[in-house]
Amino acid sequence: MSAPGPFNSNAAAFFGGVKSAWTSVFFLVLMGTYVGIGALAHDYGFASWWLALSSMLVWAAPGQVILISSLGLGAPPIEGAIAVGLSAIRLFPMVVALLPLLRGPGTRLRDLLLPAHFTSVSMWVESLRLLPGLPRERRIAFCNGLSVGYQSTAVTFGFVGYYLAAGLPPLFAGALLFLTPMSFLISTARNAKEMVDRLALALGLILGPLLTYWHVGLDLMWTGVVGGSLAYSIHRLRQAARRTPL
Amino acid sequence: MTELWPYLLLILVGFLPNEMWRVLGLVLARGLNEDSEIVVWSRAVATAILAGVIAKLILFSAGALAGIPLAVRVTAAICGFLAFLAVKRSVFAGVLAGEAILLLGGFLFAH
Repeated sequence: MSAPGPFNSNAAAFFGGVKSAWTSVFFLVLMGTYVGIGALAHDYGFASWWLALSSMLVWAAPGQVILISSLGLGAPPIEGAIAVGLSAIRLFPMVVALLPLLRGPGTRLRDLLLPAHFTSVSMWVESLRLLPGLPRERRIAFCNGLSVGYQSTAVTFGFVGYYLAAGLPPLFAGALLFLTPMSFLISTARNAKEMVDRLALALGLILGPLLTYWHVGLDLMWTGVVGGSLAYSIHRLRQAARRTPL
Repeated sequence: MTELWPYLLLILVGFLPNEMWRVLGLVLARGLNEDSEIVVWSRAVATAILAGVIAKLILFSAGALAGIPLAVRVTAAICGFLAFLAVKRSVFAGVLAGEAILLLGGFLFAH
């Protein structure tokens, strides 16, 4: 896809961002993911408006899946909150990497509040790809438009999945629920360009179910800390081995 | 009051633990870059958690997905992943293949 712009006004940049969201590959990924999350919210007994609000406030598919499944299965709220908080750590480096692209000479902190809240995998990947081609004074408007485009997609297809799950034959309802882990697995694998991320993915896939099976408390937290640290250590050891001449 | 409880949980369990990292990123954005070691480590932890969630959703399914046998779910996930690798690392090809295998297996072996 060619680079968008140049835009004559912030309004034009905003709608350029919306259009860019709706014509990108992530439109379909979000569609599939949120149809799945909608079906999940339905099966765990949440209201459809609760789901819509969670898409706007949490705005992170993994966090929403953890939120819905932990509350839905009756886990203690503190355990859910810790798991959601741990799953969201990745948002921190993403915000740190994004804001320098948005910040210009006249940018105030409050102009960056909305882009920081909107930061998610889809928006971040597209922003890093498209923003460098835009004039600095239009970037925040474009980025907000992009995010509104993605978030409206998520909210809309959350409703679609929610009501589809209510009236579908069990096999198709099961297939909708399967969209979430399937699309997460593949998009995480695609994003894992470096060895440390691939190791973390593989270790998490193994440790997560094992710790659940062994009934370890806070299983997701330990999956992250143990799996992630192990992947990181292996990565550091390999780096050190490469640097040391034999 | 009871109708408001899920919304309160949404704020306390969903919104705040998630949003604090974005706010922290906003506040500390100057100090760190994408390649610093703490960023690499936290990305690995986040990826492992996400992978744990994925595996649990497939292996310990709830709702309608639980009606499709475990072997079918695992086979579909593996086939989807292999299709993703085979077809130019396309997310759609992978998801489509995984869903097709799941529907086929579910149709043949449903409980």
